Amino acid sequence: MEQTLFYILAIVTVIATILAITEKHPVHAIIYLVTSFFALAVVFYLLAAPLIAVFEVIIYAGAVMVLFMFVIMMLDQGNPEEARCPLLVHCLPALVLAGIILAALLLLLSGRSTPVAPIGGGSEKRLLDVADFAITLFKKYGVAIEIISMQLLFAIVGVLYLGRRRKP
Amino acid sequence: MIVPLSHLLVFASVLFALGVICVLIWRTNVIMVLIGIEIMLNAAMLVFVAGSYQWGRADGQVFALMIIAMTSAEVSLALAMVVYLHRRKNTVNVDEFRQLRDR
Repeated sequence: MEQTLFYILAIVTVIATILAITEKHPVHAIIYLVTSFFALAVVFYLLAAPLIAVFEVIIYAGAVMVLFMFVIMMLDQGNPEEARCPLLVHCLPALVLAGIILAALLLLLSGRSTPVAPIGGGSEKRLLDVADFAITLFKKYGVAIEIISMQLLFAIVGVLYLGRRRKP
Repeated sequence: MIVPLSHLLVFASVLFALGVICVLIWRTNVIMVLIGIEIMLNAAMLVFVAGSYQWGRADGQVFALMIIAMTSAEVSLALAMVVYLHRRKNTVNVDEFRQLRDR
């Protein structure tokens, strides 16, 4: 059941991302990307990370994509006639790179896969829950919370500097 | 384990490759370049969460949370810069922005 759901969600994510990066209209690209992020959030939920799934929906699909949409609408980039179509010269290195990555993945999948050994020799598997996440976050990585808060503060200062109104 | 780790890694690398392709194709539009960076960071987050699930430790999820915080800061700064550059040159074409001089 969960396995089938995972494969369906993976296919949905990849197809929505492909549609997003081939779409000429930036607003449609954002909508496809929101679809892809929702599917990815459910994948995170299946991987026993409910908090990350919730943050993905709230911050990525909610805040970041709305910010993109806001900037696209504010700068009036929403009309596809003005958007310059990418030239074939620009697509060529991307296609070469895609071919190389696809070939490497197929080569990797066709080879004999070695099972991944668990760290620390613990043979019993137990699913993570939110309490494990919280204990790890606030006990082991407490300094990182401070670093994140400082980083967000610097971002606020930078945005205020960039967006200030200049005297002509 | 619902799916083997290798399938998750293949899924994440396909997503990452799509992000790189987005950056390479839309090199002239700075907004689409930022969207490609978003896709790549999502693939990195997926690898962290998959590793956390595989080994039953929450460290990967903590780093996924850091990536989310880093991305929100990065996107807000980058989009503010896009608005600023658009105010100066009236375009979002990357090729037009080639001087560092402040006015």
